[in-house]
Amino acid sequence: MTAPAIETENLTKEYPHGFLNLKKRNSLEGLNMQVETGEIFGFIGPNGAGKTTTIKLLMRLIFPTAGTARILGKPISDIDMHRDVGYLPEQPYFYDYLSAAELLDYFARIHDLPATVRKERIEKMLQKVGLETAGKIQLRKYSKGMLQRAGMAQAILHDPKVVILDEPMSGLDPIGRREVRDIILGLKHEGKTVMFSTHILSDAEMLCDRVGVIVGGKLRGVGAPEQLVGVKAKATEIFFELTGQSAAPLLAKATRTGDRYRLQVPEAELYDTIDQLRAAGAKILSAAQVRATLEEFFMDLVEADRAQAAAVEVSGK
Amino acid sequence: MKRAGVVALNTFREAVRDRVLYNLLFFALLMMAASVIAGQISIGIEQTVIVTLGLSAISLMGLLISIFIGVGLVSKEMDKRTLYAVLAKPLRRWEFLLGKFGGLVLTLAVNVAAMAVGLFLALIYVKPELERGDATVLIAVYFIWLKLALVVALALLFSCFTTPLLAILFTAGIYIVGLYVQELRNMPMQMMSGGMTLFTKWLSFLLPNFENFNIMAMAAHSRQVPGTLIAQNTLYAAIYCAIVLTAAVVVFSRRNLK
Repeated sequence: MTAPAIETENLTKEYPHGFLNLKKRNSLEGLNMQVETGEIFGFIGPNGAGKTTTIKLLMRLIFPTAGTARILGKPISDIDMHRDVGYLPEQPYFYDYLSAAELLDYFARIHDLPATVRKERIEKMLQKVGLETAGKIQLRKYSKGMLQRAGMAQAILHDPKVVILDEPMSGLDPIGRREVRDIILGLKHEGKTVMFSTHILSDAEMLCDRVGVIVGGKLRGVGAPEQLVGVKAKATEIFFELTGQSAAPLLAKATRTGDRYRLQVPEAELYDTIDQLRAAGAKILSAAQVRATLEEFFMDLVEADRAQAAAVEVSGK
Repeated sequence: MKRAGVVALNTFREAVRDRVLYNLLFFALLMMAASVIAGQISIGIEQTVIVTLGLSAISLMGLLISIFIGVGLVSKEMDKRTLYAVLAKPLRRWEFLLGKFGGLVLTLAVNVAAMAVGLFLALIYVKPELERGDATVLIAVYFIWLKLALVVALALLFSCFTTPLLAILFTAGIYIVGLYVQELRNMPMQMMSGGMTLFTKWLSFLLPNFENFNIMAMAAHSRQVPGTLIAQNTLYAAIYCAIVLTAAVVVFSRRNLK
């Protein structure tokens, strides 16, 4: 059995606050999580949920209050682990006096890549993220989206086995988001493990083999997106065309666009409804199952967390 | 160690691109004006005036660079969060700190060397034939550079655990007190309590003695500098820098990056 690419055990981070830093606030509570080798793992949660804290702990930018973590079987305190890990910080900012090519060259030197490999790799990376024509422009002249692309390039420059991306789609236009999605999928095809945090749930649903949902510093669920939200359809949506008003009771529940209607009905009532629509002269265009989305699952968790927090506040415990 | 060198070269490049070396232009103008004025108003002491003014300017400009840029070496990277991507690479925190220190010390070396050339040109203007004793000016410039390296190490240490403003104040404060360490040692101890005597004595040995590096009077009068003083100052600066940088590494290695 292959060891997980990323593994955390009871990972906890407390931040001191208040007068003389005497109070402690939990940013992350006992995180136990595994990211398997070769998968795309999405880390989703609202702002302040603990996503960036987790990633910073993994990259040793901050230190845990308790717990341990391993990447590729090595403890995160092992500096050699960083040779095989690529990291994109949230809202990346780099040395603005450098051009993208110079920045990549600087990082390639830190990775100790030979001169011949460096040049070729830098050109390839700039091309991959769509910065080949802007590679010699200083980063201070870059837009937010271009900085994000430069950040992606530096994260994968040294051909890492594990890539950790903190909000990689943030600040990108639809084309940029599509390109980042393609890069992530490309990395998976190359056999790499990708873990990324996001609050854009459609991206997670589209890309991830598994997702972890974190709310209030606690991991609330891990699994394949369809597994998390449940496989059972909650309703069926009938899409039909009707010119008259002969099926008035049904039409009251439908959403209308011109002569076309969308109507959601429980599975048990599906065939009866179709019969009624046909009798009224409707032309059925399609009937599709409606499943719960990751967004609904996510919102349920957030609402539950808020309700629990409010209850604790009221009871004073 | 190689990675520290990469960071050092990048720090040097940053200083050059941030136009830190523009002060050389100001220094060149100052030296040109001084040599012309000194030639007209100070008969017989042109060399003393030029050397004193030149070395003071090198020291002052170097100090401004050391303190203000030294404090920003780490704090600017933390504020702008450029540090995140760097420390996620296979780079130890001590390598990063050493690289930042090395980069600024290299910048100062280039800066001080260029100003020394300017000073010599001004000296040649007022005194066309140089003597062997004039080489003392070079040793004085070397001592200024050693002093600046020490200031950079202190600035780096303070910036690792406090705000940039406080780090500037602490570094400048220690520099000023460090100029009077000898006076502190020569204080009449019999007038103080036992505890105070011990404290003053310890403090005088704990603080860096910046006055050790000042041989401006010797340089102005072309007096020979003993070899032992050169060795002693070099060793003192190296050991003091090593201690301060070790303290900075200890603090920085445990620091959570917000």
